[in-house]
Amino acid sequence: MEPPRWGSIFIFPVALGVSLGVSCLLLAAQGKSPALGLEVLWSGAFGAWYTVEDTLLKTVPIFLCSLGVAVTFRMQVWNIGAEGQFALGAVGATWAALTFANLPGALLLPLMFACAAAAGGAWAAVPAWLKLRLGINEIISTLMFNYIGILILEYLVYGPWKDAGSHGFPMTSQFVPAAVVGHFPGTRLHWGVALCVVCAVGLWVLLTRTRPGFELKASGESLRAARYARMPYNTLVLLVMALCGALAGWAGLLEASAVTGRLQPSLMVGYGFTAIVVAWLARLSPARIALFSFFLAALRVGAENLQLELGVPAAFGGIMEGLILLTVLAGQFFNGYRIRPGGAHR
Amino acid sequence: MEAALIVPLLAAAVQSGTPILFATLGEMFTERAGVLNLGVEGMMVVGALAAFLTAQATGSPWLGLLAAGCAAALVGGLHGVVCLHFLGNQTVSGLALTIFGVGLANYLGTPFIGQRAPGFEPFDVPVLSAIPLLGDILFRHDALVYLSFLLPPLFWLFWHRTRPGLALTAAGEYPRAASAAGLNPVALRWAGILAGGFLVGLGGAYLSLAYTHLWTNGMTAGRGWIAVALVIFAFWRPGRAMFGAYLFGGVMAFQLRLQASGTDVPSSFLLMLPYALTVLALVLSALRGRGASSSAAPAALGVNIEPEG
Repeated sequence: MEPPRWGSIFIFPVALGVSLGVSCLLLAAQGKSPALGLEVLWSGAFGAWYTVEDTLLKTVPIFLCSLGVAVTFRMQVWNIGAEGQFALGAVGATWAALTFANLPGALLLPLMFACAAAAGGAWAAVPAWLKLRLGINEIISTLMFNYIGILILEYLVYGPWKDAGSHGFPMTSQFVPAAVVGHFPGTRLHWGVALCVVCAVGLWVLLTRTRPGFELKASGESLRAARYARMPYNTLVLLVMALCGALAGWAGLLEASAVTGRLQPSLMVGYGFTAIVVAWLARLSPARIALFSFFLAALRVGAENLQLELGVPAAFGGIMEGLILLTVLAGQFFNGYRIRPGGAHR
Repeated sequence: MEAALIVPLLAAAVQSGTPILFATLGEMFTERAGVLNLGVEGMMVVGALAAFLTAQATGSPWLGLLAAGCAAALVGGLHGVVCLHFLGNQTVSGLALTIFGVGLANYLGTPFIGQRAPGFEPFDVPVLSAIPLLGDILFRHDALVYLSFLLPPLFWLFWHRTRPGLALTAAGEYPRAASAAGLNPVALRWAGILAGGFLVGLGGAYLSLAYTHLWTNGMTAGRGWIAVALVIFAFWRPGRAMFGAYLFGGVMAFQLRLQASGTDVPSSFLLMLPYALTVLALVLSALRGRGASSSAAPAALGVNIEPEG
């Protein structure tokens, strides 16, 4: 079973339609007007430049996480640990920001990026190692690492890293200016947007212009052929998992540094899980990952607006994401099979 | 050791292990038919909500239990449609099911947070509860715990001694052979998904109607995923599932007691215990089994039945 190619672009509107239809039923079930709900959803995501900025801001972490998840999925490694890797990345970056607060920004920020990549990468590499060495199912280990990673973050902000002046709220103190990723002048968009472009180009080069990229795609297509050609499957799995962890870790860094300016539990809103949906929809093309990240970010911002305007519970977005993914999975059937009246399959 | 400390802990282990046991047996049932369903967490939480809402509306926990099983089976049915008829990837479909189910339960449950519903109350089993130690640990619970005692032996009998059980196993081991023998593997897998989903729903119902009698969002807290891990840990055998479920129940109960006793250990670390233990359990079964876990798995687990043309 392969994820769809550009066919996903045609399946996606159908999936969106199905999930919007069910969403309308659910809104009506709670006595809210579906038409108004759809309008609030739309205006929340695209109604004004301010909301488009919100959507773009949420696109960044989803995009970074899905880049990595897409590569691991391509290797048939079912890494669903981006959420925990995101948490550890934020923790690693915060450690650097709090410990070396006296460094100038030109040194501190690169250090934070290195720490975030190391922490996130290590958090992904352990399940990869367990899979290769002991055959431990990576779905379960990465998922458990999500729970543990989020609890580590909570331990730190409730305990040793808690800001003395936060009136008991679980958060670290505000990052020093040198530890804050800056913004584009006149907007709320931060330089993480540029990082996304760099990472996307980097991944494209890796996949299309380098030997590991070729080996990675080949072992994703056929593990047996790759082994026969003596491709270093184990090294590749470790590499893509660490890469995914580093990218998710950077997403965590950007949220802590550029969006909230501190580490706090509210950073964990499930971008790592949305990234799974994006990675499956978009397959391996950075352009498609960007497109679907933007769509699902818009959905999140729209759902937040629904919560704000109509009091719809925040979980609404999750329902829509799950339904989109289920419909797309069913729809992919028509990529591989054609229905002929009375005829044979395929 | 002091029995006064150990016995209540073991009794609590049985109680908090029961929802995990239901979910583990449910997933095992589905996997034995060859379908990998990673939607357990989502189905379980939908079951918990259905049980709560039905019990609150009708006043009957038994109707709530039935509703939980049906609701979870219904959500599992989505997995059946996607995987059995549209041949969607089972791993991703299960993940989608969990995202959907958790979202649905939180969405529909939010207005009811903190509300109460009539649930199952513990009662002593006559005669058996008088057995020293064992009686206190096993026979002073609610009806659902007693129901869960019956399931592992029944499952063993079903899989090893009955025709439908063998047919179900065939659908999980070698669907083409099952098909050649005149069985319908797709129908058998549907049975595996729906019956397994029903059991997972009972696990959810235990959380909202017996373990607590009130609704909070995110009530399953990863128990569905622990169940998926326990199926592997148990090598797809119902007896070992019981052992694993109570082991996890014990850790959860121990963790709660330690928190209540006002220990210095930060609560985040205590909350980590079950998740860390899940990884540890998989490591141990890999070390002990050395490949046994892969051969114990149904041979066609997670492999879709392609149409023959």
